Amino acid sequence: MVWPLVQSAYLSFTEYNRIQAARWVGVHNYVELVQDEQVWNALGNTAVYAVVVTPITVLLALAFAIFLNRPMVGREFVRTAIFMPFIVSMAIISFAWSFLLDANIGLVTYWLGQVGFVTEQGWLTDPQLAMPAVMLVGVWKSVGFYMVMYLAGLQSIPTELYEAARVDGASAWSRFRHITWPLLANQTMLVSIMAAIATIQVFDQIYVMTRGGPFFSTETLVMLIYRVGFQDLRLGYGSAVSWVLMILVFGLSMLQFGYFRKRAVTY
Amino acid sequence: MASTITATRSRPDFVHRLLLGVGGIVLGLAILLPIIWMVFTAFKPEADVVQYPPALFPRSLTLQHFADIWDAIPFARLYGNTIVFAGGVTIFSLLFDSMTGYALARLEFRGKNVVFVLIMILLMVPFQVTLIPLYDLLGSIGLAGTLPGMIVPRMTNAFGIFFMRQFYLSLPRDLEEAARVDGASEWRIFSRIITPLARPALLTLGLFHFQYNWNDLLWPLIMSKDIEGATLPAGLSMFVGQHVVEYGLLMAGSVLALMPVVIFFLVIQKSFVAGIATTGMK
Repeated sequence: MVWPLVQSAYLSFTEYNRIQAARWVGVHNYVELVQDEQVWNALGNTAVYAVVVTPITVLLALAFAIFLNRPMVGREFVRTAIFMPFIVSMAIISFAWSFLLDANIGLVTYWLGQVGFVTEQGWLTDPQLAMPAVMLVGVWKSVGFYMVMYLAGLQSIPTELYEAARVDGASAWSRFRHITWPLLANQTMLVSIMAAIATIQVFDQIYVMTRGGPFFSTETLVMLIYRVGFQDLRLGYGSAVSWVLMILVFGLSMLQFGYFRKRAVTY
Repeated sequence: MASTITATRSRPDFVHRLLLGVGGIVLGLAILLPIIWMVFTAFKPEADVVQYPPALFPRSLTLQHFADIWDAIPFARLYGNTIVFAGGVTIFSLLFDSMTGYALARLEFRGKNVVFVLIMILLMVPFQVTLIPLYDLLGSIGLAGTLPGMIVPRMTNAFGIFFMRQFYLSLPRDLEEAARVDGASEWRIFSRIITPLARPALLTLGLFHFQYNWNDLLWPLIMSKDIEGATLPAGLSMFVGQHVVEYGLLMAGSVLALMPVVIFFLVIQKSFVAGIATTGMK
């Protein structure tokens, strides 16, 4: 299990296309990488995707969890409905999303047109709108997963706290601000890091809905690794690009690990 | 007297819950829109699928797309491949994850700490980094583009081992100690005493593995040379990339592709959701 990692590190210092043997080129791939506009473009797209999708997903998940923690008619149905996108295949449900956002006969495109939001070129073919479209699908897909984690956290908060606050006349906002939010701080930290790690690795809906286009406006790091490594068959350079992803994800994971270890000590 | 008090108290309460519920159900349906749209489209005649303006509800229903999909693409092959891939990975993973997890939780052996630290590190490695070397290795031993090649690297993983280790650590030691005193071998203890106790954890982990691999796109995409050798997500994506899309047909195929995981989930929903809540909290 460790071997692929070591081999990937080795390949990143070679030029290799599977036809000729791997040729050692030293740090050449990394020098090329730093000067490669495509890498910066992919890194930028990945960063924008992560920075927008992570907080929106986490805050929506929290809002849904608080809403669904109250007694209401049909609560089980609503929880299952919000969780369902997480269960289904992202690639396959992205076909339905592509259809909904189709420039000519898409239902969502049509509905948005009715309320005055008309797109010139269609959602997935407009370089300005393709990224928001795949972001929407990303949030939609994972919000239910984080909602479930928040619900577990909410249920661990003793109800006496809320009753006491209510007796003291605290408003709904101040109950949230002074009870729910601080007591869920750990959950929020965990969920945010998990969501950030997941967003950095985004691939499926982008591959299906835009193939990284139009004009590379939705090409993320994993899309670039796929293109360079498996379509251009530049296995050495592709490995080098994948180490950019490796460093980002590994760094965030260490942050998560460190945070929870520190907490375990202070117990 | 008592009944009037509860009546006046519970009535606005019920109205409140009803109003919240209506809001919730509207929200739930909005989130389900892509899935609802997929199902409705699959049953619409082709003329209705491409009509403008588009309408959510079908005017008439047909099973034509569900009949045509099997000939339009090698759909039965894709289905079979996906069952073998996701099913194979799940079975092997449960076997290897639980054995390794048990060894790390209970047995003493040299290098145990090194192995555990390596697994913790591997938990933090994005799998995309390993794609190129794995593809290259499997290619050089003739397994690229085959189902065994797709399955082998997935037969165990750091998350599964870690998940099972945590579970075994939570089991009381008394039972195995008693068996050990009676002279039972380690293998016998593992297979006859520990594994039956681990059924709920194995079920949860099994659904994780099955769902993840059934749904996965990138790995099967790389590991299949053509549509014939692909899984459902990879094969349908390739098909869409090469042909003018007939949405009715595609949605029918999609409905069939999503069905097993959705049904599986609805059946064991409770333990799956509980599994997420507990592993999330660590």
